[in-house]
Amino acid sequence: MLRYFFAILFLFLPFKGNALIEVDITRGNLNPLPIAVSPMSIDENSRSNFEKILNKKDIGSEISIVVEKNLKTTGLFNPLNKDAFLQAPDIANLKPRFEDWNLIKAQALITGKVNFVDEKLRVEFRLWDVLAGKEMMALAFTTVPTNWRRVGHIITDKVYERLTGEKGYFDTRIIYVSEEGPKTKRIKKLAIMDQDGANNKFLTLGNELVLTPRFNPTNQMVTYLSYFRNLPRVYLLDIETGMQEVVGDFPGMTFAPRFSPNGKKIIMSFAKDGNSDIYTMDLENRIVEKITNHPSIDTSPSYSPDGKYICFNSDRSGYQQIYVMKSDGSDVKRISFGRGLYGTPVWSPRGDLIAFTKLHKGKFYIGVMRTDGSGERLLTENYYQEAPSWSPNGRVLIFYRETKTDDKGEGFSAKLWSIDLTGYNERLIETPTDASDPSWSSLLSN
Amino acid sequence: MKKLSIRNIDQGVIMKLNKILKNTLLIVVACFALSACATSKKSTGQMQGDVYTGTDTVEYLASGVPDRVFFATNESVLTTASRDTLRKQAAWLRKNSDITIVLEGHADERGTREYNLALGERRANAAKDYLMTYGISSDRISVLSYGKERPVDSGSNPLAWSKNRRSVTVKAN
Repeated sequence: MLRYFFAILFLFLPFKGNALIEVDITRGNLNPLPIAVSPMSIDENSRSNFEKILNKKDIGSEISIVVEKNLKTTGLFNPLNKDAFLQAPDIANLKPRFEDWNLIKAQALITGKVNFVDEKLRVEFRLWDVLAGKEMMALAFTTVPTNWRRVGHIITDKVYERLTGEKGYFDTRIIYVSEEGPKTKRIKKLAIMDQDGANNKFLTLGNELVLTPRFNPTNQMVTYLSYFRNLPRVYLLDIETGMQEVVGDFPGMTFAPRFSPNGKKIIMSFAKDGNSDIYTMDLENRIVEKITNHPSIDTSPSYSPDGKYICFNSDRSGYQQIYVMKSDGSDVKRISFGRGLYGTPVWSPRGDLIAFTKLHKGKFYIGVMRTDGSGERLLTENYYQEAPSWSPNGRVLIFYRETKTDDKGEGFSAKLWSIDLTGYNERLIETPTDASDPSWSSLLSN
Repeated sequence: MKKLSIRNIDQGVIMKLNKILKNTLLIVVACFALSACATSKKSTGQMQGDVYTGTDTVEYLASGVPDRVFFATNESVLTTASRDTLRKQAAWLRKNSDITIVLEGHADERGTREYNLALGERRANAAKDYLMTYGISSDRISVLSYGKERPVDSGSNPLAWSKNRRSVTVKAN
């Protein structure tokens, strides 16, 4: 399902250097860049063909709406109201009248064209610097028509990368746990959706409790905890085929799984006789290795992106704290020393930070610290929230938040939220049901 | 362009600090209200420290044999009352030697999910170890942790949490 073929044609080489517009994503952006996303132009023949296949009246306009919504959620861009656009989409894509776009205060402009070619969807788009009056980028994609939303996401990734200098995170998916029912008898299912909440799909039926799903680096496999037959074990699920298997043959609960950065191992906790230690299992030769050996609880392991280190959660000091060790289990160092308890460490895909959950004086925080424990920064505070997961570019964290119940124990809900590394742009991610344990995929295409 | 803007981040921290300072008064007031509640709860004899001592939610494996023991926050140490309950369970198990059990360990909602799974397992094993010292074979006992996934009380308050920090002995056959 993730193996769709994308043909990318470079119409022109991206414009090099010089003083074109740039967006700084390292700071909370109080002045988002005004950008005009012109509807993609489409000829009548292509339009009616796509209407038949996709049941969408104007697919050109739909794709531009995907791009526009994506850009808006970043908080870095301010997509302008289409009603103010003076130039028709087809003419704008050929040569924009920059004065017109300047007039409505657009600093950047995205135009494009959609064609029906050999039963396929061909989309070309251009990014323009309105003030400089120059084209910044021009690309074309050809794919199967049902991939139209992904085309919108890929365009956003290209625009984001061109304007911020960093990879985007829009052609990605979120796997999470869907929740329903009363708090004492929650029904949980694995669910997957596009990063913007579209194409939601359930992967399990809810017959058994499932927790903490995480993608492998190629986003085709998921490792998670299932209570199938009341035996909590780490499982491996192939998203395409639906095939599932237990990971390893442990005489007790295995939990807190994640893939190694090369996808060849699963790292997890195994609990026995009241003691949880960290283990790895090689998925090819099935060799199991014990990584920690300590009478305390060792859990929530997460590899550094180069695979050389592991951060994890341990209460060996008496309380939950974050530790870092070499991937063979040597050189264990505690890195969290602030007030309160620390859990759920996750290494940033950029390698420089570790995100965590902190519990202090009855409040829960999502925060980040450098990998030596310095520079702790708390991004958001709430009654209950935990389990941050990084966007593939390491700029955004997704996590879940639960509400406090009322005097009667009612009014419980769990939702997904995201926040920028800057601490700005906190957003609710809409899901069809309550949701928890989100995990962000890597970019599906590059 | 990719340089960190220290000024902006500092502003964020200052804004948060201001918010915290403003909230301090509210929190102080709330503390007074809470401590008043806590005293009234203590007087009903439902909690000792933060360990649940009441009988709400408790079921019985046999007459006079309670099915569960309770724990303090983040703890897996058995209290005097818990040990008393487990000795009763051990006596009942010795009398009924064909019965096998599952010890289900639980945590309250005020902890991260994965750590709580480990904590539930640790609590159930504390109960298991105690039963074993009273002559119950480990063959008859299995352990299952639910972490914070199966609370008995859906409340978001100290009393509800105290009922949820538990190890429950369940007949398996």
